[in-house]
Amino acid sequence: MAALSALVSRHQVIAFGIFFAVFPFLMPYQALASQVLIFGLFALGFNLLYGYTGLLSFGHAAYYGLGAYGTGLALAKLKVGSIWLGLAAGPALAVLGGAAIGFFCLRRRGIYFAMLTLAFAQLLYFIAFHLADVTGGDDGLRGIPLLPIQLFGWKIDLEGSLAFYYFSFVIVWLAVAVLKRILDSPFGAVLQAIRENGDRASACGYDVNRVKHLSFVFSAFFAGLAGGLDALRLAVVPVESLYWVTSGQVVMMTLLGGAGTFFGPFVGAGTYLVLGDRLAVFTERWPLVIGLIFMAFVLFLPKGIWGTLVDRLPRGQSAGVKP
Amino acid sequence: MDISFAAILPQIFTGLVLGMLFVLLAVGLSLIFGLMTVVNFSHGALYMLGAYCTVFLLTFTKSFWVALVVAPLIIGAFGLLMERFLIRRLYGRSPDDPLLLTFGLSLVLVETAKLIWGKIGLTLDPPKELGGVVNLGFMVFPAYRLFVIAVTLAVLIALWAFLTRTNVGLIIRAGTRDPLMVRALGIDLNRIWLLVFGIGCALAGLAGALAGPMRGAYAEMGVTMVIESFVVIVVGGMGSLLGAVVAGILMGQVVGITTFLAPKLAEIMVFVVMALVLLVRPSGIFGEAGLAE
Repeated sequence: MAALSALVSRHQVIAFGIFFAVFPFLMPYQALASQVLIFGLFALGFNLLYGYTGLLSFGHAAYYGLGAYGTGLALAKLKVGSIWLGLAAGPALAVLGGAAIGFFCLRRRGIYFAMLTLAFAQLLYFIAFHLADVTGGDDGLRGIPLLPIQLFGWKIDLEGSLAFYYFSFVIVWLAVAVLKRILDSPFGAVLQAIRENGDRASACGYDVNRVKHLSFVFSAFFAGLAGGLDALRLAVVPVESLYWVTSGQVVMMTLLGGAGTFFGPFVGAGTYLVLGDRLAVFTERWPLVIGLIFMAFVLFLPKGIWGTLVDRLPRGQSAGVKP
Repeated sequence: MDISFAAILPQIFTGLVLGMLFVLLAVGLSLIFGLMTVVNFSHGALYMLGAYCTVFLLTFTKSFWVALVVAPLIIGAFGLLMERFLIRRLYGRSPDDPLLLTFGLSLVLVETAKLIWGKIGLTLDPPKELGGVVNLGFMVFPAYRLFVIAVTLAVLIALWAFLTRTNVGLIIRAGTRDPLMVRALGIDLNRIWLLVFGIGCALAGLAGALAGPMRGAYAEMGVTMVIESFVVIVVGGMGSLLGAVVAGILMGQVVGITTFLAPKLAEIMVFVVMALVLLVRPSGIFGEAGLAE
C-alpha cells in the first residue's frame, strides 16, 4: 500500500492516465464518464486558484461559460471548419475574460474577492441572457456540430459516447500534465507561498498581484477548456453555463474532493455527479442532499475526500506536490 | 419616449422602494460582516423564508400586522440557531469557510422551500388598510409602497439609536473596531456576536416580509437579491452601515431609472456601476481600506 501510494505520488500524470483510460467501464454509463472528466477539468482550473493560490472565486461559471460560448460560437455561427480551432476558441475567450475580470477582482482581497468574482459572473450571465441574437438567450446556443478530427491526414469520427470520451480524455490528460508542470515550476511554488502568506511572499520580492493575476488567467484557461469540451459534448450551450449555480457546483466539487490536492477535483467531480445521478432517480430535490453533505464537509472534513485519504495513507519518499 | 420629469418621477419612487429592500438586506449583511467578518451567503434564503413566513402567518392569524412583526422574529431566531450551531464552529478558520458553509445552507433552504411550498410562487395581497393609492400632490403612488419606505426608515432610525445610544450598541461598535481589546476588558463577545447575527438575519426576514405583498413569495426570490446586496455593500464599503444605506438607495435608483430608459440593461447596470466604483475607489464609497483583507 505504501509502495503504491509512493508510486502514485511520484507519477501523478501517468497514474491519472491509467485510471481514466479504464474509467468509462467503471461507470454506470459512458456519457457520465465524459461529464466527470470535463467537470473534473473545470474543478482542476478552480483548484489552481483556490486550492493552490488561496483565492476563492465564486464566479468560475464565467470562464467555463465563456469557454463554452467561445467554442460554440466559433463552430455554430462562424462555421469554423476545424474542431481544433473551434475548441481553441473557447479557452481563448475565457483567457481574455479572465484577464479583464481578474484585473478588477484583484483590486480587493479576501472575502471581497469572492463576492466580486460572483458579481462579474452574474454580469456576464445577464449579458448572454439579453444578447439573444448572438447567444440564443434563454434557449441556449444551438446547432454546434461535432466535426470529425483531422490529424495528419487521418479522420476520426467522434459520434458515439466512447469515441468522444477518449477524445476528451486525451485533451484533459494533456491539461493535467500542463497543470503538473505549472505546479512543479518555481511559479507554482510562489503560488503556494502566496496562499500560505501573501505578505511574506511580497517581502521576498515577488510581485504578488501579478502572480495572482497570472494564476487567475491560467485558471480561466482550464475552466474555459472544460467549457469548450462541454459545448462539444452537449452540442448546445445553455445560458445556465454562466449562472451562479454553475459556479457553486465547481466550488462544491472541489471542496468535496479536496482543495489543494492534485486528484481532489476529479474525485470531487466524480462524487458529485455520480451521487447526483443516483439521487435524481429518487427525488427531484437532490441538491438538498448534496447541500447537506457539502455543509458537513465544510464543518468536519475541510480537506475533502482525497485530502483526508492522503493524510491517512502512509507517505512514500516523494517530495514536491501532494498527490 | 417621454422622458419628462413627471414620467420619470414614479420610477424614482419605485426605485426608492427597491432601494429600501437593498438597504435592509445590505445593512444586515454589513452589520454581521463588520463585527464578525462573516459573509452570510444564506441572507437571500432568509429573505425568501421571511416572505414565506409572512404568507404562512397571514393565513394562520389573518392579520398582516402580526405577520409583519412575527416573521422577522422567527427569521431572527433562526439566525441565532445558525450562529450558535453552525457559524460558531468556524471562528478561527479562514474567512472563506463561513461563506462556503452559508452557501451550502442557502442551497439547502431553497431546496427545502421548493419541497414544502412547491416551485410555483405564492402571491400575497397587501393589507386592506394599505390597498389603495395615495395622492402625493404631484403624483399618485400605491400606499403599500409608501408604507415600505416608512417602515424601513423607522427601522434604520431605531437601529441607529440602538448602536449609538445604548451600552450594547457601544460594545458592538467597539467590537467592530477591536475585538481583542473588547475581550480584554472582560466582555463576552460571543453573546454579542450571537445577538448581531440574529439582528442581521431578522432584517433579512423583515425585507422578505415587506417584499411579499409586492413581489410574491417564491423559492428563488432571494438568489439575485443577495448577489445584488453583495454589490451594494461592495459599492458602499464593507462594514460601513452608512455606506450600505447610501449604496442601497443608489442601486435602487440605478435599477429604477434604467428600467424606465432601457429595461434590458437594468440588471446589467448594477454591475457596471460596481465596476466603475471599483476603478475609482476600490474600497467603496465609505469603506476603509484594509478592513478584513
